[in-house]
Amino acid sequence: MQALYAQLLVGLINGSFYALLSLGLAVIFGMLNIINFAHGALYMMGAFVAYFLLQYSGLNYWWALILAPVIVGLFGILLERTMLKWLTGLDHLYGLLLTFGIALIVQGVFQNYFGSSGLPYAIPDLLKGGVNLGFMYLPIYRGWVVVFSLVVCLATWYLIEKTQLGAYLRAATENPTLVRAFGINVPLMITLTYGLGVGLAALAGVLSAPINQVRPLMGADLIIVVFAVVVIGGMGSIMGSIITGFALGVIEGLTKYFYPEASNTVVFVLMVLVLLVKPQGLTGRAA
Amino acid sequence: MRLAKQELQIDGTQQMTTLTTSSTGNSNPNALMRDEMWAFLIMTVLLALVPVSGIYPFFVMQALCFALFACAFNLLIGYGGLLSFGHAMFLGTAGYVTAHALKVWGVSPEIGIVLGVAASAALGVVTGLIAIRRQGIYFSMITLALSQLLYFIYLQVPFTHGEDGIQGVPQGMLFGIFDLSKPITLYYVVLVVFLLGFLLIYRTINSPFGEVLKSIRENEPRAISLGYKADQYKLMAFILSASLVGLAGAVKVFVAQNASLTDVHWTMSGEVVLIALVGGLGTVFGPVIGAFIIIAMQQYLASFGQWVLVIQGVIFVACVLTFRRGVIGEIGHYFRRSL
Amino acid sequence: MSNKLSALLLGTALSLGAVAGAFAQDKNIKIGVLTDMSGLYSDIGGQGSVIAAQMAVEDSGLTAKGWKIDIVSADHQNKPDIGTNIGRQWIDVEKVDIFMDVLNSGVGLAINNLVKEKNAIMINTGAATSDLTNAQCSPNTVHWVYDTYMLANSTGAALVKAGGDSWYFLTADYAFGAALERDTSAVVTKSGGKILGAVKHPLNSSDFSSFLLQAQASKAKIVGLANAGGDTTNSIKQAAEFGIVKGGQKLAGLLLFINDVHSLGLNVAQGLNFTETFYWDLNDQTRAFGKRYSERSKTKAQPSMIQAGVYAGLLHYFKALEAMGGNPHDGAKIVAKMKDMPTDDALFGKGEIQPNGRKIHPAYLFEVKTPAESKGPWDYYKLIGTTPADKAFRPLSESACPLVKK
Repeated sequence: MQALYAQLLVGLINGSFYALLSLGLAVIFGMLNIINFAHGALYMMGAFVAYFLLQYSGLNYWWALILAPVIVGLFGILLERTMLKWLTGLDHLYGLLLTFGIALIVQGVFQNYFGSSGLPYAIPDLLKGGVNLGFMYLPIYRGWVVVFSLVVCLATWYLIEKTQLGAYLRAATENPTLVRAFGINVPLMITLTYGLGVGLAALAGVLSAPINQVRPLMGADLIIVVFAVVVIGGMGSIMGSIITGFALGVIEGLTKYFYPEASNTVVFVLMVLVLLVKPQGLTGRAA
Repeated sequence: MRLAKQELQIDGTQQMTTLTTSSTGNSNPNALMRDEMWAFLIMTVLLALVPVSGIYPFFVMQALCFALFACAFNLLIGYGGLLSFGHAMFLGTAGYVTAHALKVWGVSPEIGIVLGVAASAALGVVTGLIAIRRQGIYFSMITLALSQLLYFIYLQVPFTHGEDGIQGVPQGMLFGIFDLSKPITLYYVVLVVFLLGFLLIYRTINSPFGEVLKSIRENEPRAISLGYKADQYKLMAFILSASLVGLAGAVKVFVAQNASLTDVHWTMSGEVVLIALVGGLGTVFGPVIGAFIIIAMQQYLASFGQWVLVIQGVIFVACVLTFRRGVIGEIGHYFRRSL
Repeated sequence: MSNKLSALLLGTALSLGAVAGAFAQDKNIKIGVLTDMSGLYSDIGGQGSVIAAQMAVEDSGLTAKGWKIDIVSADHQNKPDIGTNIGRQWIDVEKVDIFMDVLNSGVGLAINNLVKEKNAIMINTGAATSDLTNAQCSPNTVHWVYDTYMLANSTGAALVKAGGDSWYFLTADYAFGAALERDTSAVVTKSGGKILGAVKHPLNSSDFSSFLLQAQASKAKIVGLANAGGDTTNSIKQAAEFGIVKGGQKLAGLLLFINDVHSLGLNVAQGLNFTETFYWDLNDQTRAFGKRYSERSKTKAQPSMIQAGVYAGLLHYFKALEAMGGNPHDGAKIVAKMKDMPTDDALFGKGEIQPNGRKIHPAYLFEVKTPAESKGPWDYYKLIGTTPADKAFRPLSESACPLVKK
């Protein structure tokens, strides 16, 4: 029973990565209507930028937490301005293919210069060590990851659903012509949204750097799962992907305990079931 | 500006329509048919001449298997508007069944192929029944999820030998006469299978069945109101596509002499999308050209070592940004007709 | 009639002589390095294997004696069908004589079948599966560096002897992981240890905390990592985080390469035990090789044992060809010659190739140094035990290979 608690907690920790990543994906899909397959590669870039900052300019983890999302976000904005914006109004497939191509390029270039086995990144001193919870030993860093991602997720949700800016954004995607008529710069908003989504991916990358090896392929293995989270949560739904992200982490944690081999597959079982029962995903608006 | 998006929001279904307009709307179907017959003849002659041309036959065989794979995939997306992200499951299933039957049960090649195709068709029935109940992006996702489940099953069951795959599959004598271990014989057998599959798809597209399928793609509620059972048509198309992919997977076993997890992995499902897209979605010959391009890239870029994935990525980006209709689609567009 | 016959015989004899002459003079060799250039294993094989092959060609001195040696290389992307296609084309069109590296068991077994069918050669230095020299052995294949049996045997037996008598496995859920777990369990039990359990994790997992917690709960003295690549490094890194080692349990990586240790950093990797058959800092000769290699490496890396195997394997192949006076392009015949000659090279020392194609040499059990012990980059290992060549690998008496006469 104690072991089960531990698995649930660990699952929640993993869930926070899923939530952060799928949140970015959902924001981008909701606003740009693009399935961003480069998300995994951008997540990886976040981790690498954190490594570079530490290695070459001596800026520590806390700086990386702020700077890496900005730097990678700017890179995302560049992508949007030069490539993705030509795809407006086209089928999803083209966005998917384009971003898939971008992912291949980014991963390939990193691999070429930094090898495949990865680079070390240490846990910041402040968050080293752990606490014994009785049923498990919880590394402090993991606890930090859960709290921090929850805050970021809720802040993003608030920004998009509850603020004036978010209202413009949502309106701009519903009816861009009309919103433009009100004097709002729609393409700029879309670019910034993509930057935000990418920044969230990079943030997840920084968070994971001390836990996982900083490897060029670290995002490639993750993207398909995150993809499934977004679908289960309801394409484009912000709250849906946050909740699903955390929930999936927990369910996966349980699977790891009862049937570990299937822990990477359980998300797809869920996806089939959800889509059969509720085709628009768990919280999807009647799309 | 966001036509597709708005459609999605209306009924969540029809966003695929914007993909495939090149094959419809031609004012003169007879001229189109004539062009296509000529193109088919030229293709057949060129392919038949491969062994005497000095081109390496195994490369062409591999490309032909993928071409058939992509043509069958294209039948669904190009003419049925159904984008499957899980078509690798049919390729892999047929591959495993055929390889196992040939190697362990020692059956003859024709039986092996029949078993492989039958397995894929059966899988097509089951997955089709689940998948066609959903539309648009949700159809894609459910096929992806099903193929991931299947990948897991193949990883777990012992007969597939995990990541080592089924290796050293004997090629045997087809119908007791054709020795498939001879490259030339194998080549022509693969070619004939490919051409038969291709003609079957071509025939289907231009049959009344195909017309109904296209009408469902364009406007499903209307097709239903005209009395067509849309779900049954879609299911039929799905099963046909699955069986033909199975045929490609079964024949591929004779070419590669192994069956492995690669063929069931989701990246393979992605690859067939790429092939069809590079060649031209919804065009008859596009997937064939696409298969040759992609397989050639894999084969000839392999010596670039670590840059191979980067080069592939650049090509995809360029493809989406500059010639979105695919090679054949762009050519057809240039000449103002479809191929 | 008899005139005609003798003319015919004479003609045949002449043409045979011509063939033999051409045979003796054919001094062309084409080497194909088939490996993972773009994926998970590109550091332990990849471009580094090509460098090792080039060094072998230069060090053999054969070009000065009139031999013409070419190297081609390709990325098999860890996919058996791509590997087979490239391989077949190499043999048919490019006339490649010998395949080097071929890491990844799936691709390795596929090329094993191919070289047998086409009578070419493979010196496999990268695949882990011991099937290559067991049930699926071939007269055209030499398996050089390591295999699952050897890894299990060396690491398992040594750790049990050192007091690690209860084990829990973290196993990658695929054939390679299962083989490692099975072989190691057998050795541990035979040496008097106990297996407390195992958890199978999916390939390419990013999070190992759940599995590590289960390992922790088992209270086993040794947590055996029956996985490879990113899975191993991630599980080691996260084990440190969860205090596995601090809690008194010991980690044993069953397959680790120096590149993995480098990427983990000594802070995390210190104290790990595992087996390799080559380390650059073993003796003067290996140090000299390591120095020359790292000067050429783009990342200034030291060679992995796979890359070292490419170098050593090729040199032995060249020796056999030189002894034959030319390249007969007859794979089985050359491999037979290679088996006849005892091996002796700078990197793996003295050894031999057994009838089943297994190259045997000593296996070294290493422990990763602490940051304080390490004197500089790539100074990572302490040698704590050596298994002699004849004890390290599967005994011939247990081999299921049909080539072994019993």
